[in-house]
Amino acid sequence: MNHPAILETTERLGETTVIADPAKIVEFLLFLRDSEKFNRVSSITAVDWHPAEPRFEVVYHLHSTSRNARLRVKCRLSGTNPEIDSVTSVWPGANWYERETYDMFGIVFRNHPNLVRILMPVDWDGHPLRKDYPVHGYKYGYSNE
Amino acid sequence: MKKLFEEHVATIPAMHEEPATPSAPRRMTLNMGPQHPSTHGVLRIVLELEGETIVKSEPDIGFLHTGIEKECELKNWQQVVTLTDRVDYLANLSNNLVYCLAVEKLLQLEIPARAQWMRVMMTEFTRLNSHLVWLGTHALDIGAMSMFFYCFREREDLLRILEQFSGQRMMTSFIRIGGLALDAPRGWQQSVGKFIRQFPSRVDQYEDLLDSNPIWTRRTKGVGFISLEDMLRWGITGPMVRAAGLAMDARKNEPYSSYDKFDFKVPTRTENDVYARYRVRLEEMRESAKIITQALEGMPDGPFQADAPHVVLPQREKMKTQMESLIYHFKIVTEGFRVPAGEVYQVVESPRGEIAYYAVSDGTAKPYRIHMRTPSFGNLQGLPPMLNGILIADSIAALGSMDFVLGDTDR
Repeated sequence: MNHPAILETTERLGETTVIADPAKIVEFLLFLRDSEKFNRVSSITAVDWHPAEPRFEVVYHLHSTSRNARLRVKCRLSGTNPEIDSVTSVWPGANWYERETYDMFGIVFRNHPNLVRILMPVDWDGHPLRKDYPVHGYKYGYSNE
Repeated sequence: MKKLFEEHVATIPAMHEEPATPSAPRRMTLNMGPQHPSTHGVLRIVLELEGETIVKSEPDIGFLHTGIEKECELKNWQQVVTLTDRVDYLANLSNNLVYCLAVEKLLQLEIPARAQWMRVMMTEFTRLNSHLVWLGTHALDIGAMSMFFYCFREREDLLRILEQFSGQRMMTSFIRIGGLALDAPRGWQQSVGKFIRQFPSRVDQYEDLLDSNPIWTRRTKGVGFISLEDMLRWGITGPMVRAAGLAMDARKNEPYSSYDKFDFKVPTRTENDVYARYRVRLEEMRESAKIITQALEGMPDGPFQADAPHVVLPQREKMKTQMESLIYHFKIVTEGFRVPAGEVYQVVESPRGEIAYYAVSDGTAKPYRIHMRTPSFGNLQGLPPMLNGILIADSIAALGSMDFVLGDTDR
């Protein structure tokens, strides 16, 4: 597998991880879909490495039903205004996973057809799965804190 | 509060939209759920109707969101097992299994054969449990009331077996990191044997009851079509994909927990409608019964927990007589155990489809991140392409054939 977007490839515990350039993510995943036969995206999520920088990792888990193979693609994003292109044009099923990642981590997916919160209420404050988000939320603190 | 409510009301679209041209049909927006009985939980679907035909549908989820993924980051590794039970109340053992397999892969633990076989047997019980509840409620939605009672009769027997094994009927937490919570109870062969001998004949009864019912066949055949390409693009997995002809089953393709030692088929159909999904699940129940029979006959002897004193709690007797066991017990209970840094994506076939946990460890005693790729979330996303263009009465059958659990969707 050879593509200009690949920055690093590692193999551990029998799983392959590719670290890709976030600026070229759409063309890279299109290449994986069409040339490497990864016909479905299993899930999209993120990991918050607060306070390290780059802070966020967007993680794509791809699956090929014809080759019976799985691949993990990661993109590293900075903590200030994390933004990445949406891959809904590659797989429409990326829609809800990107909405969930936006809801939970505040990562903005450019060109997403409907980037609104999906699990939390629309007027919610903050992004719960960020490491600096308190477990009880901002709204319901304890009085002696 | 009142102002918030008024603002909210202002965002709700008008019930009747005036047609663009006088001859164009009028469109109506209808809210289905979140309290509709056929949505099996709290799912809201905003339907746009032209007469009785659905032209647009938009599922609205999140009513049952409880922040399980955030809570996982506060517990130590072993405690998370009880949280995974609560993700999907019908397939709790599949959730236990996928989590434990992921952590064991990070720890590189070797699980003894008896524990692996017991895990297979228990997850197949879960599959039967889930499919029985699905069949009962799905038939009830369509109007076949008596199915519900027959299915719940068998489910009751199943829950008694689960209780015998783990002491709990639903939230069993039976599968733990490093093996099982307990060894099989005395007399388990008799109770499992009794159940599994009569179960295949019960499945035949269901088939007789439903297939000879003209209303059932008329309401399920040719309803709820969605092409296989669309399913894979939208993220649908499980029996729905198998009813479209693709034998995608993690038990066969990516065998885990010694599933490769069992002899079973992956049933597929090609009709790709509600009826085909019913047939696939019925066949799956028969195959599960076969797997349980094989597990019952060939259950290996030996330990039910891994030989890993830093992970598995010591036995009570050893703890009272041996110093090291006492120290390990103290360490595990007070601090937990550390898991080497790394990440793993473990896939398991749940009754609803592909369930996968993405576990990230930073080398401490608590998970850094647990992401749950649940089958209901992916399946529900493919609802609009399936509902658009069909009648609202058929949407109930199509929804039921998807077999989602809202707790599994919202986590």
